[in-house]
Amino acid sequence: MNNILELQHLKKYYATQKAVDDISFNISTGSIFGLLGPNGAGKTTLLRMITGIFYPDSGEIILDGKKFDPINDIIKIGYMPEERGLYKKMKIGEQALYLAQLKGLSRAEAMEKIKFWFKRLEMESWWNKKVEDLSKGMSQKLQFVITVLHEPKLIILDEPFSGLDPVNANLIKDEIYGLAQRGSTVIFSTHRMEQVEEICDHIVLMNLGQKILDGTVADVKQQFKENKFSIKLRELPANNMHESFELVDQKGNAFTVKIKESYRSNDVLQFFLQQGVTVEGFNEILPSLNDIFIQLVEGTRAVSRAFQKVGA
Amino acid sequence: MNKIFLVARREFLTRVQKKTFLLTTILLPLLIFVFYAMIIYFSVKTNDNLHIAIADEANILNGKMNSKDDIAFDVIKNETIASLNTALEQKKYDGYIYIPSTYNLMGKDSLQLKSSKAIGIMTREKIQKRLDDVLEEKRLLSLNISKAQLDSIQHNNNRIKFATISGKTDDNTKAGLSYAVGYISGFLIYIILFIYGTMVMRGVMEEKMNRIAEVIVSSVKPFQLMMGKITGIGAVGLIQFIIWILIVVGLQLLLPLIFPDMLHQMQGQPIQPAGMQAAQAAQAMKDSGGMSELMNSLHQINFTLIIGCFIFYFLGGYLLYSSLFAAVGSAVNEDPQDAQSLLLPITMPIIFAIVIMTKAVNEPNSGLAVFGSLFPLTSPIVMMARIAHGIPEGVTLWELLLSMGLLIVGFLGTTWVAAKIYRTGILMYGKKITWKEMWKWAVRKS
Repeated sequence: MNNILELQHLKKYYATQKAVDDISFNISTGSIFGLLGPNGAGKTTLLRMITGIFYPDSGEIILDGKKFDPINDIIKIGYMPEERGLYKKMKIGEQALYLAQLKGLSRAEAMEKIKFWFKRLEMESWWNKKVEDLSKGMSQKLQFVITVLHEPKLIILDEPFSGLDPVNANLIKDEIYGLAQRGSTVIFSTHRMEQVEEICDHIVLMNLGQKILDGTVADVKQQFKENKFSIKLRELPANNMHESFELVDQKGNAFTVKIKESYRSNDVLQFFLQQGVTVEGFNEILPSLNDIFIQLVEGTRAVSRAFQKVGA
Repeated sequence: MNKIFLVARREFLTRVQKKTFLLTTILLPLLIFVFYAMIIYFSVKTNDNLHIAIADEANILNGKMNSKDDIAFDVIKNETIASLNTALEQKKYDGYIYIPSTYNLMGKDSLQLKSSKAIGIMTREKIQKRLDDVLEEKRLLSLNISKAQLDSIQHNNNRIKFATISGKTDDNTKAGLSYAVGYISGFLIYIILFIYGTMVMRGVMEEKMNRIAEVIVSSVKPFQLMMGKITGIGAVGLIQFIIWILIVVGLQLLLPLIFPDMLHQMQGQPIQPAGMQAAQAAQAMKDSGGMSELMNSLHQINFTLIIGCFIFYFLGGYLLYSSLFAAVGSAVNEDPQDAQSLLLPITMPIIFAIVIMTKAVNEPNSGLAVFGSLFPLTSPIVMMARIAHGIPEGVTLWELLLSMGLLIVGFLGTTWVAAKIYRTGILMYGKKITWKEMWKWAVRKS
């Protein structure tokens, strides 16, 4: 599988902080990628470098096999920043047309694509309305259409679901899957871990300007699992202590156990089966990304970082 | 380039399609015009329609006194003050002048006009002048000066005339006109810089506060966005000015149609004291009065040069300052009040330029005027004051060319600096920015 985007030792230092400090990772074509990190981790700066808004101080960005050229590659990228907005007084149709033309589409192409997307997301009646007449969710939807309508190879969405009701959020989610299936690559930046778990194939976690985690969602969970299992039994066993595990929690017939090193899950199962109790359920408890996130980020000086000088 | 054009087109169209644009472009000059027309109309028109009796008991006027305009003189005889008073009460006349039979032309007695109501100042002057003229002529004639001699004195223009070494006449009317043209065009540029400069600033602030800036700069370079905005708004300004000029010219042609008797009255007015004009203008003056003298001087001013320079300095000054206004707009956060303090370093040179301009329009070759017209931050305003006096009287050709060159360098410089501030400022939120920080952004390497 080839990579749409390769970042090699990217650095961007501001006067007061190392916003992005030597970050490298690859994103494979057609995947849905999650860029995670607490506030102030440097995500936005990293995304701004990928979209050509900022130049990196050092390091390379390889887009689609070639060195990233901000002026000509802009059409390959669709970026929906977290701080988003539209001209309030401008008519929606004209606005979409204008922004699409700025991307580099011809007027006719832009018109055709806007019509397609407006029809698809049932926005045709909006053409002559102004943005100030739209609700927050509606303008979010419009913003999404504007971001993807030129069918970019790389779509970057910073907190795409904030402010959307569940119906519209699902609508957008389906569109994102659709775009990925048609060959676009999607980069998500968010701190909503349940969305990441649901949508993303591959994640990178940033903190303090550095990459602290990189892998597929499944791999990461495996990496951080604590060998915890939940067991549901029909009746209480006579004995619930065994050298192979540690009882973490018990709620009626349901146990949470932590399997000790050098033992396997089968040992636990065997222990209960030998006692003749009926096992109704046996599941491995994998940590949620939320737990992993908190575990990795908590205690670092992530929050106070913005106010510290480099080298302090 | 293409993207700058796209941005400029949007900036232009959204502004031109607004109702306020139509209002300010068409209605405003009309309102101003109507306002001034009213002032002129009321100041020129004296609708007193006075009917004044002159009881010439001394027979000085020989029964002759021309009635003109709205003041009618009736020379009557054999009246007494009592009979005149009753006539006044009966509203037979609006006023009377009684010249007693003992009146001595050379004496120190003055005549008195009695009227039933107060007479306006303009009318008073007219009556005074007409009577004085007649009486002066009578006095001179009574000193045995023949009518022919009198005519030759009155038509002999041997006052001192002014000319420059280049051989052009430089009479007072022309100097006054150069003064007015210089002052007005300098002031216009001053207004343009402020109106369109703040328009650029507001546009930038709007983009920043709407949070659309980041969406756009992911498609275009910040420099392209800034230049597009500046050129788009500049085009709006140019169009607006062309419309204004067309309206003014059109209305000027319309003026005589609206007030057919106004020009006539203006010519009747003693606008200029006689004998101030250049020799060749004298004949024309005699024929049709002050207006033609004014027109004649107008022809002596090189309007092609002035309009050409006006457009150049308009564009140069606008480009120079608008990028600075854009830089300030990009640095302003939520609070538009911040703009006030950040604007100060920009408005200072503009105001300074106006001060120099008022000086330069009087003394186009003073050291201050020369400096002001070369320094790019003040030259758009100050040079207009000098250029109105013409080449080489007001400004030498090489000074003009040097000033233009410096202005081009200046606007490239400010645009370069402003672009760096703009690029950083447009994506910076939440922090209150000072000039010190903006300066840091400007000098930082990219």
